[in-house]
Amino acid sequence: MDAIVLQILNGLDKGSAYALIALGLTLIFGTLGVVNFAHGALFMIGAFCAVTMQRLLSLSHTVIDPTQTDFLGNPLQTKVPYLASVFGAEGATSLIAWSVPLSIILVIPVMLFVGWAMERGLIKHFYKRPHADQILVTFGLAIVLQEIIRAVYGANPIQSPAPPMFSGSVDLGTYIGFQANAVVYPIWRLVYFGFSAIIIAAVFAFLQFTTFGMVVRAGMADRETVGMLGIDIDKRFTLMFGLAAAVAGLAGAMYAPIVSPNYHMGMDFLVLSFVVVVVGGMGSLPGAVLAGFMLGILQGFASMNEVKAILPGIDQIVIYLVAIIILLTRPRGLMGRAGVMED
Amino acid sequence: MSKSNFSRRGVLKTGAVTGAGLMLPTYLRAENHTGFTNAPTGDTVTFGFNVPQTGPYAEEGLDELRAQELAVEHLNGIGDGGMLNTFSQKNLDGTGILGKKVGFVTGDTQTKSDVARAAAQSMIQKDGCIMINGGSSSGVAVAVQGLCQDAGVIFMAGLTHSNDTTGKDRKANGFRHFFNAYMSAAALAPVLEKAYGTDRKAYHLTADYTWGWTQQESMAAATEAMGWETTQNVLTPVGAGDFSSYIAPVLNSGADILVLNHYGGDMVNSLTQAVQFGLKDKMVNGKQFEIIVPLYSELMAKGAGSNIEGVYGSMNWNWQLQDEGTKAFVKSFGEKYGFPPSNAAHTCYVQTLLYADAVARAGSFNPCAVVEALEDFEFDGMGNGQTLYRGSDHQCFKDVLVMEGVASTSGNANMVGYDTLKIVEETLRAQVEYAEDHPMFAGGALGDCNPGA
Repeated sequence: MDAIVLQILNGLDKGSAYALIALGLTLIFGTLGVVNFAHGALFMIGAFCAVTMQRLLSLSHTVIDPTQTDFLGNPLQTKVPYLASVFGAEGATSLIAWSVPLSIILVIPVMLFVGWAMERGLIKHFYKRPHADQILVTFGLAIVLQEIIRAVYGANPIQSPAPPMFSGSVDLGTYIGFQANAVVYPIWRLVYFGFSAIIIAAVFAFLQFTTFGMVVRAGMADRETVGMLGIDIDKRFTLMFGLAAAVAGLAGAMYAPIVSPNYHMGMDFLVLSFVVVVVGGMGSLPGAVLAGFMLGILQGFASMNEVKAILPGIDQIVIYLVAIIILLTRPRGLMGRAGVMED
Repeated sequence: MSKSNFSRRGVLKTGAVTGAGLMLPTYLRAENHTGFTNAPTGDTVTFGFNVPQTGPYAEEGLDELRAQELAVEHLNGIGDGGMLNTFSQKNLDGTGILGKKVGFVTGDTQTKSDVARAAAQSMIQKDGCIMINGGSSSGVAVAVQGLCQDAGVIFMAGLTHSNDTTGKDRKANGFRHFFNAYMSAAALAPVLEKAYGTDRKAYHLTADYTWGWTQQESMAAATEAMGWETTQNVLTPVGAGDFSSYIAPVLNSGADILVLNHYGGDMVNSLTQAVQFGLKDKMVNGKQFEIIVPLYSELMAKGAGSNIEGVYGSMNWNWQLQDEGTKAFVKSFGEKYGFPPSNAAHTCYVQTLLYADAVARAGSFNPCAVVEALEDFEFDGMGNGQTLYRGSDHQCFKDVLVMEGVASTSGNANMVGYDTLKIVEETLRAQVEYAEDHPMFAGGALGDCNPGA
């Protein structure tokens, strides 16, 4: 039973990332009708915003220590963060340790700008082109973005630890009736789940309870009619692209302590996220979230040794099997709307 | 009166046959610079450095490339000569090889077998490379080694640790200086026994490809021989990223050791996540839970940060060794690039010099002459002590390092990965040697050397 609880937690955690990426994908598809294969790259850029924040806070000046030598026998050059002169050595260390949560203040403007630049600079030219063209151009853009990140940050994963107070694990079992040490789970993964829930709720609230959101939803349902009412729906949709990019970026930044950021992490998530969107139903925001969590939990269960003993390799294909079954039985996905990608 | 039986036609025939007969051994003789692939004709000989310049092991590949460039400089008499000064053989004097300057071209393997083969093929066919060196994956090494065998050039493998490279996939034209999974396990076992005792239950997470399989097999055999029980071996996809669903079952499996048969980014992520799940703080069966990473590299240690503290692993070589060869190489490399060389850089540097020396000793670039010169060749002064290139499988045998992850000793952020690994044991070569017919290396044969052309 403890193994099942652990895999449910893992599933919720993975599902959080899937849901956040799929939410952004669906927003873009639902508003602009664009199949954005560069969305995984936005997740990756978000993760590297966390790395950038860490580096910004760690900006240092060199101090030569004549009492020590480096590996070549030269006087040792040590790096002292500029922050240390303001907050002291301990204060600087503490601040740097909080770089991942602090990166949120960097992620939002950076990702809004990246999203706006992508949409205005490239993707708007492909609105009326076939989906195949959109896929090709956004996939190419994803490769360009990941190669830029590789050129700047290198190919190796870069460790971005969680703040010390969130970096350990918690014995959840004792809170839910299990014996001690039966259900131990990393604190940061719980934080990530909570953070995702807040972001998802905020996006839904924004769309549901604001005038801007209401217009966007109306535009998603019938773009032409909204346009005929004199509303500049294109401008709002461009902003939605920026919002979707920000959601992906936030998902990536907060994911950095879970999987060390590397330049190809976006591609790792991209295909799975598209499956999530298709299973949830193209254009359906609640469907994307529901499918994200559902597939995450299913993947967790399929990874259990007991399951793999019966069905070897099932953990690698379970998501695709479920996708096939759902598309055979519900061709529009779990919560898909009629008319989306059916023309 | 004597009668001569010679006719003009007979003399011509006999002469032609005799001439051809006399020419034949010359044609096959090693010092003749024709009759093999890419026989150098000008005043330059070209090496092909086939390393990952993009893809997940690009940093490692770029470090290999730095070392290879340094080796070429030293061969051509540029710089301080590095390990040429400490190498036990003195056939290389900084004037190139056999009077020819050394040039090189590079290929990008992308750590993909098909791409690596295409890059090697291009370097052989278009650039006229006489030797291919480098790489950071056993799958790639096996693929490129096969290509070089067919093409008739020498392959001096880079970072490849699978038993198969010089086991079932060994080839006459291929040579591996780097150690292998069996050697890692043989070196680690006594240290692990001393540190953790003989009554342990080990859970393995294993990368699902040739290197992972042989690493797991080797570790399981070595640790079971000292009394440990292997409770489970779970294969994980390469590049999984999030290993939580594989780590969670370890928590209540009854195992008190986790062996991570992962390399590169997978190792960085799986180790970090195992630590996040509290495994290093856990007590199981009345014992402290421990994690083992059989194969370490500096770049992995850098990525894993403080998570490697207290974790044992092994290395082929480390810049902190105090022999003269190591000091010379670290000085050359450090002064040129500003940081110490990795063990991937070391093996590629040494392989380049070993090839050059073999050519010099053979007096020829003919691959078959080089093979002959390298087989059962013993040398010293290259950082690993007395070393043997065994003729029967083309595997180098030398001392192996057991490492332990520690907190940074310098406090210098640029040295993380270099000074967060401590040498705890220099396992002697005799302890990691194995018989030529060892079952873990069975199923292959070198075959005949192929000079190509």
